[in-house]
Amino acid sequence: MSRQANRATENKKISSELFSLTYGALVTQLCKDYENDEDVNKQLDKMGYNIGVRIIEDFLARSNIGRCNDFRETADVIAKTAFKIYLGVTPTVTNWSPAGDEFSLLLETNPLVDFVELPDNHSNLVYSSMLCGVLRGALEMVQMAVDVRFVQDSLKGDGSTEIRLKFLKRIEENIPAGEE
Amino acid sequence: MTMESRFTKGKSSLLERSLGRGRSEVALSAFALLFSEMVQYSQARVYSVSELQARLSELGRHVGARSLDTLVLRERPGRRDTRLLGALLFIKVNLWKALFGKEADKLEQANDDVKTYYIIEREPLINTFISVPRDNSSLNCASFTAGVVEAALAHAGFPARVTAHWHKGTTLMIRFDDAVVARDRALDTR
Repeated sequence: MSRQANRATENKKISSELFSLTYGALVTQLCKDYENDEDVNKQLDKMGYNIGVRIIEDFLARSNIGRCNDFRETADVIAKTAFKIYLGVTPTVTNWSPAGDEFSLLLETNPLVDFVELPDNHSNLVYSSMLCGVLRGALEMVQMAVDVRFVQDSLKGDGSTEIRLKFLKRIEENIPAGEE
Repeated sequence: MTMESRFTKGKSSLLERSLGRGRSEVALSAFALLFSEMVQYSQARVYSVSELQARLSELGRHVGARSLDTLVLRERPGRRDTRLLGALLFIKVNLWKALFGKEADKLEQANDDVKTYYIIEREPLINTFISVPRDNSSLNCASFTAGVVEAALAHAGFPARVTAHWHKGTTLMIRFDDAVVARDRALDTR
């Protein structure tokens, strides 16, 4: 895409309803295509990962944010900048582990779940699991292996929606051949 | 579906929540990436372009049915169009504004056929980030939008077949059922 075209679409917005309804259509389709909820969760996570791998480029280009020095800075950037740009919401960063390698994102509103009600026969479905994949994929591209999972979900009657991120390791670049 | 599973108890207050005005927004790139994944997922499960378009249309129908309900409640409380042209204009103006932020460029009727209409978009949002592969040049991801329109019309009581074509940008061809046109004529002569 040319530079000019890029600029024109830089900060374009779209109705969050089109977004949430489209996501809903996808989840509904996956529930038809797969037999159990775990497989749907996995597929959503995988698609999220693909998005994460691509979205990080877009994010770095438009936010002018350099390398984060530690995981706390990463948490801030995710919550205050990335979520704000892409979903128009700002989750709260909370529940740090003493070692500083784990935190939670608390979402008061989650644009993915507007109009959504989970039927009783989908109790294992993690409706928004695409978000986990997006975070994992995006962070992997900046050399951070992170475990991402939902620990609370307002769709399941929890008070809020909580995504837990755990730093696993730095991904080393250019591992020499024949070495671990 | 049984009553019990339809009305879940106390798990969600969805039905009591206000419908709101739907003003919140997300980034277009978030939608574009989501849509791209949907196209790729669908593509992996089909053998032909027409099957792929059918799948995208099916996904769009899910969106169309729900959009119509929320829009009618918000903008035309307690009232729905009974005339064909009114229903089409509601799609062209209200539905398009709610979903894509602007009216559709054009609404035309076919010269030679009373049951065929066209909604023409020079630069459809859905296709903004999609480059059509040369070996599949008939593929049009606006089939998704066609599904949206098809469902919105069907749920409003105007069953039609809607397909997407490359013509003056992207054109959605709407072919109403004979019964719809006959009913509209009958209303004319009353």
